[in-house]
Amino acid sequence: MSAIIFRRLLQAIPVLFIVVTLTFLLVRSAPGNPFSTEKKIPPEIMEELEKQYDLHGTIWHQYGQYMAKVARGNLGISTQYRNRTVNEIIAQTLPVSMTLGSLAFCMAMAIGITVGGWAAVRHNQAGDRMLMILALLGISVPSFVLAPIMVLIFAIWLQVLPVAGWGSPDQIILPAICLSIPFAAAIARLTRGSLLEVLKLDFVRTARAKGLSEDAVLFRHALKVAILPIIGFSGPAAAGILTGSIVIETLFDIPGIGPFFVNSAENADPFMTSGVVLVFSSFLILFNLVADILYYVVDRRVKLE
Amino acid sequence: MKTLGLFFQVVRRDPFLVACALFLVGVTTLAFVGVHFTGYTYDQISNDSLLQPSGAHWCGTDINGRDLLTRTLSGAQISLVVAALGALVSLTIGVSYGMISGYVGGRVDNVMMRVVEIIYSLPTLVLVIVLVTSLDQTVSNLMRSVGLTQIPPRLVLIVLFLGLTEWLTMARIIRGQVLVLKEQAFVQASLALGQSHWNILWRHLLPNLGGIIVVYLTLTIPAIMLDESFMSFLGVGVPSPLASWGTLISEAATSINPIRVYWWMLLFPGGLMALTLLALNFLGDGLRDVLDPRGRS
Amino acid sequence: MGVSGTRSYRRAIPVVWVAGIATLFLAFFYFLGGWSLSSEADLTLCNGDEPQTLDPAIITGQLEGRIALALFEGLTTRNAQGDIIPGMAESWTRSPDGLTYTFKIRADAKWSNGDPLTAQDFLNSWERALSPETASEYSYQLYYLVNGEAYGTGKLKDFSQVGVKAPDDRTLVVTLWHPTAYFLELTSFQTLCPVHLPTVKKYGKDWTKPGKMVSNGPYVLKEWRLNDYILLEANPYYWRPVPIHRIKVLPTNNPTACFNLFYSHKTDLIMDKGSIPAELVQSIKDKPYFHSEPFGGTAFMRFNVKRKPFDDVRVRKALAMALDKEDIVTKITRAGEKAADTLVPPGNAGYTSPQGLPYNVAEARQLLAEAGYPDGKGFPTVDLLYAKRGTSDNAAAEIQALWKRDLGITSIRLRGQEWKVYLNSMEEIDFDLCLSAWVGDYSDPQTFLDMFVTDGGNNDTGWSDPTYDQMLETSENTADPAKRMQIMHDMEKILVEDEVPIVPIDFLVGVSLYEPGKLGGFEPNFVDDHRWGEFYIPKGNP
Repeated sequence: MSAIIFRRLLQAIPVLFIVVTLTFLLVRSAPGNPFSTEKKIPPEIMEELEKQYDLHGTIWHQYGQYMAKVARGNLGISTQYRNRTVNEIIAQTLPVSMTLGSLAFCMAMAIGITVGGWAAVRHNQAGDRMLMILALLGISVPSFVLAPIMVLIFAIWLQVLPVAGWGSPDQIILPAICLSIPFAAAIARLTRGSLLEVLKLDFVRTARAKGLSEDAVLFRHALKVAILPIIGFSGPAAAGILTGSIVIETLFDIPGIGPFFVNSAENADPFMTSGVVLVFSSFLILFNLVADILYYVVDRRVKLE
Repeated sequence: MKTLGLFFQVVRRDPFLVACALFLVGVTTLAFVGVHFTGYTYDQISNDSLLQPSGAHWCGTDINGRDLLTRTLSGAQISLVVAALGALVSLTIGVSYGMISGYVGGRVDNVMMRVVEIIYSLPTLVLVIVLVTSLDQTVSNLMRSVGLTQIPPRLVLIVLFLGLTEWLTMARIIRGQVLVLKEQAFVQASLALGQSHWNILWRHLLPNLGGIIVVYLTLTIPAIMLDESFMSFLGVGVPSPLASWGTLISEAATSINPIRVYWWMLLFPGGLMALTLLALNFLGDGLRDVLDPRGRS
Repeated sequence: MGVSGTRSYRRAIPVVWVAGIATLFLAFFYFLGGWSLSSEADLTLCNGDEPQTLDPAIITGQLEGRIALALFEGLTTRNAQGDIIPGMAESWTRSPDGLTYTFKIRADAKWSNGDPLTAQDFLNSWERALSPETASEYSYQLYYLVNGEAYGTGKLKDFSQVGVKAPDDRTLVVTLWHPTAYFLELTSFQTLCPVHLPTVKKYGKDWTKPGKMVSNGPYVLKEWRLNDYILLEANPYYWRPVPIHRIKVLPTNNPTACFNLFYSHKTDLIMDKGSIPAELVQSIKDKPYFHSEPFGGTAFMRFNVKRKPFDDVRVRKALAMALDKEDIVTKITRAGEKAADTLVPPGNAGYTSPQGLPYNVAEARQLLAEAGYPDGKGFPTVDLLYAKRGTSDNAAAEIQALWKRDLGITSIRLRGQEWKVYLNSMEEIDFDLCLSAWVGDYSDPQTFLDMFVTDGGNNDTGWSDPTYDQMLETSENTADPAKRMQIMHDMEKILVEDEVPIVPIDFLVGVSLYEPGKLGGFEPNFVDDHRWGEFYIPKGNP
């Protein structure tokens, strides 16, 4: 097991290398100078700036300088926020995004599995159909439409939750709900489908025949098997929540990493863009590894039983 | 033809799927034909800025005084074309990748599927945003040099890269199918008869994959539509004055405020997009229930 | 599936899942520390975006400048009306030729750590701002000083040759190249503010962080959480008391979120038009909290006069005369902007602009026909470049449609680009038409007119006229204000009536939202420069 984990982690290095290389070279080769402003800067100043940031010379030279820094764990200084290193920005904003993202992820899982299970138990009844249509709707409505409507209802008209911002626990509720809904819907669909399959299997019938309660059948037996595709989906779901949080953080004025990514991409900030892409990718690779291990463990236990 | 026959067979069995299919045909017709009969063009401004729906403008107008019905329909054109072309790109890559991986098998299959898994674990949309913003100028110059001035370069990039991100599921499913199919008698027989691999892939395997391809194509289209709207919201969507559903609703979403809500700007494009996505997803699900062997039991 | 099964299943839901979420969430809550319990403030305001830096020498943006000018103060400062008043210098004298200024620094001028602030601090800070190693993008504000440019570009290594001297702790003598009429205004600008050099030396680029920064303005930096908030507190060592003790600055950049915060009383002041949803402006225009004031900025269109068809002045004039600016200000910008026929906005003391080209479709069509494009026929495909920001998509589409309506030109393509890419295309004059705007650095027509000098850094049209260049030089060396204004009037006439390398569109307005009963000291002013030290809370309010 540990050998597999080690190999996977080793594999991640070339992947991250390729991703960072691609991002840096793309941003640097595209037109657009990170230092230009509306008013023309004297060429001497521009030269000095580029020198200070190791953004002078050929693109390969710049790339070499950057990678040498990255290898030492230094992601450079943001060209947009000149008093801040990328490490510093990420260190301050990533925890915020993580708090929001992890809550949304847990909510998506909890709501999705609950709703999916409920629907599966009532297969083809009115409630099931209703829920599945709702779930499809949840997938089909973009979060940037859902969010302002939710704000209008809960924050402006009902005045039960704050409109935006960050700092107190009630400010996380609306953004987390808006972020989790599409994934809760997807997981609900997946759970329902997978449970329906499992409930047809022999061991479930045996369990029922043994006189176990429906509850026990569902939780102790059926869901244990049916959870496998959901674990498999958790990787893509995490990726989706990570990208989705970019929009949600912008809409709710949350000091996460998302707005910095958008800002850096717009302003041709090569260090910030590459840094965020690197962090996002490493996190997702790690998360997928954990999900795979979990899958493996659950799968083996299921097979043993 | 076999695929098409199966398709109709499935659709006939479930009237709800018929309704979905008809709805999609209707939207497509309206988008490409109906748009010419609204009495306006998508970029025609007027002094009637932000007008409520009325007899003259059935769906109201936007800030420039442009007819929203016309813009919603021409937005449908863009969204459908982007999604369909993007799905085609993803289909081409996904099917060839999956077929090769499944057919060759062994180490090659292992490596190819590992690559898919790795791409799965990357923040692809984030990469697409970087790609689209940084390649815009290059592609624009390239297209101008070959005389393609009528097509906006952004559109090409969006189609290409969204297609490039959505092929993974297709590749996995196709590979799984090919693994099963290649062990079957007719493939083994063809092999024994000395037919070329190309022939087997093209003549024997591909036709048998038709159903599943249709299913996942139906599911890829809505995924790409959503991705496109996400990109529009972040300002990397189709260029003005063209508009996709994504650009229309992101414009409307930014105008939701406590004082005055221009509901028609959100309702018409947003409603049509949601319905289309619903119809596509229902159709895809319905078809999968019948055609996908896992769901057939 | 029996009824009983459903019921027991339902009972199991809350126990398992709610407990699960709560635990996980609380764990993250403590573990990640992604929370900030923000302190209370007497005034909360939305400032538009996260500041890129708070180092006054490096700042280029308006929103950063606003915070910096609350933290730092130059030789002069501005009152609520925008007039220049004494700052760190309690008085000054100007030599008769207008070339030498002698400033007297306040005896009680102090840094926020209690250190005395001397003329030497100004001298050293200006040396730092000008020094090439600092790479200050606005260091050209000091090029007016004798030898300023030479030192700033590294050609001169000896700072003692630059036109600034500190004969004693309280005297600063500045020598200029030209009798620069607006020099006193420049001394109130952040680039010329002093910085506490021992702190800068000690902390390097970290010196702008709370707990480290030492400043000399009305406020000190108390807390700064990235993209969350900045907290300022009154500086006890500032030479006069400030009415508001604590100010909280929100970096909200989403207009809807911004307005919602204001609407739910979570913020007292919104300072930018970009922070208000565009479609909303119409509906709140008559509310008592809506304030709109003209200021020295103009939106305009650049022609690329090096490319066909805009190398022909008739085509440029035709497009200028057929641009329905009233339509744009009523439908698109909406906040009370005035249609502009001239580049220099009204309000500069002693200056009157020429007439400019009025909206006249018939004459425009005539000119276009003469140039060989009757009814727009045969007009080549041209690109209209603009930066994708706010409602610029709508503005560009409107202009495209207006020229189609009035001139029959159907071959204009819109090219919206990301900000830095747009700047790049503009600098390389890689466009046919370019939607631009200019906000003056100081209230003098020259900040607009010197843009279009031959090969000027901000010309970006390819246009060049030796007469115009000559006139600019003459005006710079003219000490008599009336004569100088007349020359500039003639220059602007060339620009907007005769040669037309640009089309003025509208004069910008500053929009702000606040309840008049809750905030005072926010007066309309032409430079859109509202010093936070001037703010007060009217009596009768907590």
